[in-house]
Amino acid sequence: MSDEPASLAASPLAHQFDDLQQQREAGEMGMWLFLSTEIMFFGGMFLAYTIYRMRDEATFAAASRELDLVWGAVNTAVLLCSSLTMALAVHAAQLSQRRLLVSLLAATIVLGSVFLGIKGLEYHHKYEKGLMPLAGLAFEWNGPSPGHAEQFFDLYFLLTGVHALHMLIGVAVLLVLLVKAGRGGLLGEFATPVHISGLYWHFVDIVWVFLFPFLYLIGAR
Amino acid sequence: MNMSHKSSGIAGFFIVFAALLLLLGLTVEAARHDLGRWNFVVATLIAAVKALLITLYFMHVRHSARLTKLVVAAGLVWLAMMFTFSLADYWSRGWLS
Repeated sequence: MSDEPASLAASPLAHQFDDLQQQREAGEMGMWLFLSTEIMFFGGMFLAYTIYRMRDEATFAAASRELDLVWGAVNTAVLLCSSLTMALAVHAAQLSQRRLLVSLLAATIVLGSVFLGIKGLEYHHKYEKGLMPLAGLAFEWNGPSPGHAEQFFDLYFLLTGVHALHMLIGVAVLLVLLVKAGRGGLLGEFATPVHISGLYWHFVDIVWVFLFPFLYLIGAR
Repeated sequence: MNMSHKSSGIAGFFIVFAALLLLLGLTVEAARHDLGRWNFVVATLIAAVKALLITLYFMHVRHSARLTKLVVAAGLVWLAMMFTFSLADYWSRGWLS
């Protein structure tokens, strides 16, 4: 009896599940249910963007050209790279390759941070050009329909800001996984948290895959 | 965990990654041409293909349980409903006056 708690703690299977497959699928479905609410959360903002863009497509296209296409494309590539390292990290965890898992988690964290850094640079650039209609800052627009241009930048900062917040949460989650993996956890039958967190990371990547064309590419350059 | 996961393997991840970078190049190149209203359509279609690749391969939905697939599909159906009903409203509101 005395050694039973220790053996329970070492088991990869929580007592409420019949087997490991059921446990893994329950975790997976739970994350997808959460991601469904996230689809609606971001979907509402994408809908607002669509409706405002329909009102004045020409001004939205002109405002879109003010964004830096090169940094936007580079950031998209950075996030796609981070999705690759994340997918490989899940694979390494399932095959119990500890050192590879630690390296790949660290790489994903670095790539996520690079994305946030570039986003910060872009925000600073918009601030300097007077294109940041936040917190009472003056909005400077020389073309026609400055009101609609301001709406575009309102949506730009709302959408990319909420996305960046999701990235920050993702980086924090991966840091926790990195510490656990460094201590020899999350391997083989214990790999489900890496898989579940990976789903979240890839979802945030997908949101950016749509944000990039909607914000940067709607006006031909 | 099972053999189907292992056999899909690392090579598959790199092929999907190469396809994603190719699509990124394609969507940037398309934006350099003035296609009028089609710029938006082309960019959205390419984004949808990229999202599909990430979902099926990086997120393993291709090999997931049917219940998981159902939850994924349900999320997209609700999104489609929100867009369809909202845009139908904005589209047709002018007809009343």
